[in-house]
Amino acid sequence: MITLAHFLAFGAVLFCIAVAGIFVNRKNIIVLLMCIELMLLAVNTNFVAFSRYLGDPVGQVFVFFILTVAAAEAAIGLAILVVLFRNRATIDVTDIDRLKG
Amino acid sequence: MTFELVCFYFFAAVATAAALAVISVKNPVVAALCLVLTFFSVACLWLLAQAEFLAIALVLVYVGAVMVLFLFVVMMLDIDLVPLREGFIRFLPVGVVVAAVMLVQMLMLIGVRAMQVAPGADPAAAAGLSNIEWLGRTLFTEFLLPFEVAALILTVGLIAAVPLTLRRRSGLKTQKPGEQVRVQREDRIRLIKMDAVKRPESTP
Repeated sequence: MITLAHFLAFGAVLFCIAVAGIFVNRKNIIVLLMCIELMLLAVNTNFVAFSRYLGDPVGQVFVFFILTVAAAEAAIGLAILVVLFRNRATIDVTDIDRLKG
Repeated sequence: MTFELVCFYFFAAVATAAALAVISVKNPVVAALCLVLTFFSVACLWLLAQAEFLAIALVLVYVGAVMVLFLFVVMMLDIDLVPLREGFIRFLPVGVVVAAVMLVQMLMLIGVRAMQVAPGADPAAAAGLSNIEWLGRTLFTEFLLPFEVAALILTVGLIAAVPLTLRRRSGLKTQKPGEQVRVQREDRIRLIKMDAVKRPESTP
């Protein structure tokens, strides 16, 4: 029998892996974007589990909207990344400091 | 231990291992492929939670579109990987400690009450509907306006990505329709008045 705790624990593990990934890959902006996607996936898993165990469709509707916004965010983020690489020839986060003033 | 639980542990283990590979492998292409595996395993987990529509949508949207976009960008950029890896070892202890503490806190929070929550009947099946119908009725009645706004967000994202990556190169011989339409007769034809003269015969 799969209980709610199974899904929540899995979501927590996935989220913590993503947080650790942001810590260790501080320079590579592509892996940072991937870690954000992993975090969203963990949150979505929680939403799906709660929707299933509380019998409420709103949780799944919300996951649907998160997927939509995440897809748009990934498209814009990668477009910005391409422009950034074209102008600066690097994707190192520590090199992107022009706005420092 | 039921068959469902065995499946759950298998998919969860695969997803966790693939997520660990995403954050630890050297090559971003391999990381993107591992992320595809993570998404696929999580889609299987969502299937176990009777969220069929979202599981299929996850595979279609993420594996089919977003991850292909990621792979495309990763392969298109010519990245020097060595400087991007420095600091990995230095920040590894901090990352592991923070993640472990967060995980313990969350698991403590979850373990208190959620263990008792047993799955009831599938809410969609209890209402006599399929999952997609159950979801769709809510989506198109209560959440119609947010649904339209989501469509608008996608359109804005689509249109914004085009001018961001559009590159204007000089020296291209392309048509300029605006100038073609705007052109006047005087720009192209010049009438010159001149007397008729006979060309002198050239004698060999």
